Amino acid sequence: MKHTISVLVENEFGVLARVSGLFSGRGFNIESLSVAPTNEPDTSRMTIVTRGDDRILEQISKQLNKLISTIKVVDFTDEEYVARELALIKVTAESDSRAEVLRVVDIFRAKVVDVTPRSYTVEMTGAPAKIDAVIELLTPMGIKEVVRSGPVVIGRGSKGVAG
Amino acid sequence: MTEEAALKLTGSQILLESLRLEGVEKVFGYPGGAVINIYDDLYDSPINHILTRHEQAAVHAADGYARTTGEVGVVIATSGPGGTNTVTGIATAYMDSIPLVIITGQVPTALIGNDAFQEADMCGITRPCTKHNFLVQNLKDLPRMIKEAFYIARTGRPGPVLIDLPKDIQVASMKFSYPDKVNMRGYKPTIGGNERQIGKAAQMILKAKRPVFYVGGGACLADVSPELLEISELLQVPVTTTLMAMSAFPSVHPLALGMLGMHGTYFANMSVTECDLLVAIGARFDDRVTGRIDAFASRAKIIQFDIDPTSIHKNVRVDLPVVGDLKNVLTSLRQQLREKPQEVAELVERTADWRANIEGWKTKHPMGYKPSDTIIKPQYVIERISDLTADDAIITTEVGQHQMWTAQFFKFNQPRTFLTSGGLGTMGYGLPAALGAQVAFPDRQVIDISGDGSFQMNSQELATLVQYRLPVKIAILNNNFLGMVRQWQQLFFDKRYSETCMELPIDFVKLAEAYGATGLRTDKVDEVDSVIQRALEIDGPVLMEFKVCREENVMPMVPAGKGIHEMVLAS
Repeated sequence: MKHTISVLVENEFGVLARVSGLFSGRGFNIESLSVAPTNEPDTSRMTIVTRGDDRILEQISKQLNKLISTIKVVDFTDEEYVARELALIKVTAESDSRAEVLRVVDIFRAKVVDVTPRSYTVEMTGAPAKIDAVIELLTPMGIKEVVRSGPVVIGRGSKGVAG
Repeated sequence: MTEEAALKLTGSQILLESLRLEGVEKVFGYPGGAVINIYDDLYDSPINHILTRHEQAAVHAADGYARTTGEVGVVIATSGPGGTNTVTGIATAYMDSIPLVIITGQVPTALIGNDAFQEADMCGITRPCTKHNFLVQNLKDLPRMIKEAFYIARTGRPGPVLIDLPKDIQVASMKFSYPDKVNMRGYKPTIGGNERQIGKAAQMILKAKRPVFYVGGGACLADVSPELLEISELLQVPVTTTLMAMSAFPSVHPLALGMLGMHGTYFANMSVTECDLLVAIGARFDDRVTGRIDAFASRAKIIQFDIDPTSIHKNVRVDLPVVGDLKNVLTSLRQQLREKPQEVAELVERTADWRANIEGWKTKHPMGYKPSDTIIKPQYVIERISDLTADDAIITTEVGQHQMWTAQFFKFNQPRTFLTSGGLGTMGYGLPAALGAQVAFPDRQVIDISGDGSFQMNSQELATLVQYRLPVKIAILNNNFLGMVRQWQQLFFDKRYSETCMELPIDFVKLAEAYGATGLRTDKVDEVDSVIQRALEIDGPVLMEFKVCREENVMPMVPAGKGIHEMVLAS
């Protein structure tokens, strides 16, 4: 089962290597990982999407907590949360398909951020499933390149990492 | 603020002063270019430095020092190869949860990442085998990092912590003050133990019909031998110990079942298989203990006392976990049990049949071996060392058959007297660990029980023993084989002894003499006692070489993939 975990860590030397090394060293899977400092400059927040059964997820959560640099771990899977991911998609846009690309962009409230005679670059923010859908619809036009940030998540209302 | 506050010190002086303030009296190490400033300051320092002949040995020695004293062992090594040589020692300590602080020199910060001479990314290399590590990037962080390193190493589940200290930071100077306390948002180990959970544990134990205590290395680290002894005697519950906990409970106690697992006793493995309540005390359900996991204690409810939350439900689903320091947990448990004399009496009465049953197993298949008058049996040597040494003698081993025989046949009676690499299984551990133990306790007997294979992995430490007049005794059980691997090849690979016969016979007596130690040798059964006695009487390091039966096997043995009740009893 897919799990989305938020990890609050000390923003210090080697912390990303500690977390990613923990996953590789113990054979845990990482589907995506995004990390950046929070509003407090000495704290970073990671969002990790991973897979595993309950026993593995319990170990992932405990092993993350065991790292000295880890301040807090929250598995959002059973919580109410908002997930957003950013994607940049470079898609072929020749004369016959230009209009169709723009239609898809419009429907999904994405936007075109770079235009050349033969391509559009589309910026899309949304839930990961929405981004999957846009990519699926743009694929017939010819996708040249896709870059995704991996989701970042935050709990709804009072639910969250900051407690 | 202390009086040190006004002084301006260099990084290397700050390091040594901080070590002194942490109460460090002995460090083990090896100099080199990237730590030369530290060694220059050591020249004037009250800290006593022991120069080993290899950085790996320095770490094992600090590990032996830590296991016997309970204090943090300290190592200094240089950058690059000095650091990489420490890695096996660090991994050994990590697997067995031994508190160490390792200081490695590093190339100057400006050169880091440039493939500079003797540069290795020590924080990268040791990340998976340390509890934590630090690269010092600013001198101002150094006192805090040292304080945190010692705190992390010794608290919670102990472990090794590495500090990588670049050369330019050793030379830079600043006003020094050592922090009074640590403040780490991410590190707050659970010490207390939940009282309600402990109460539930007490109830489960008091209601059991066939209880067993399964005690691991955590009991040694937490120094709970007195509490353990008292609780097991009060309740009359039998106790089996892992390799790591052999000295945590007296071997000759009527409730002692000896070691369990792959080379455990018949009665320990049967007790665990048949019990209805297994209480894991500082033990982590290692695969060498459990055998086939679904057959392990399959009829039992399981209670687990452990300081490390990741140890809970890792290999085995437990019914009642209690996270906390064993000292607190067992003290509280003992108190709760003392308050229920009636229920305790009922438990003791109810479990009489269970103990009688275990006595039956003990009579049916006691620990033993086939003695010989003509050829020295390795088990016999260990029994004789056990009988002829003092009660507080410290025993170390290397890894292999001799290690298992020591666990099976040596009679331990005091805690922290058995040092062995249980988790990582590091050949070459025993001699340097004995060295460290002897540094900690100059007046106690320290004996490294070794095999001819393992001994050659760190035999250079004979030089350190002689230089520092450390009267460690080494007993090599020489079968000219890598015996444990040979045993597996005999049993599971049709006696194809691939690369396990040590074809070249080493003259170990001459080797000892070359270093200035005493060498003794025998291949006669009736000389075993006199060799051991002579070695113990000599005031200096002695190497004893016993030419033993070459193809003796460690039995019982649980074949890989089998349940521990499916052990093979004798060859």
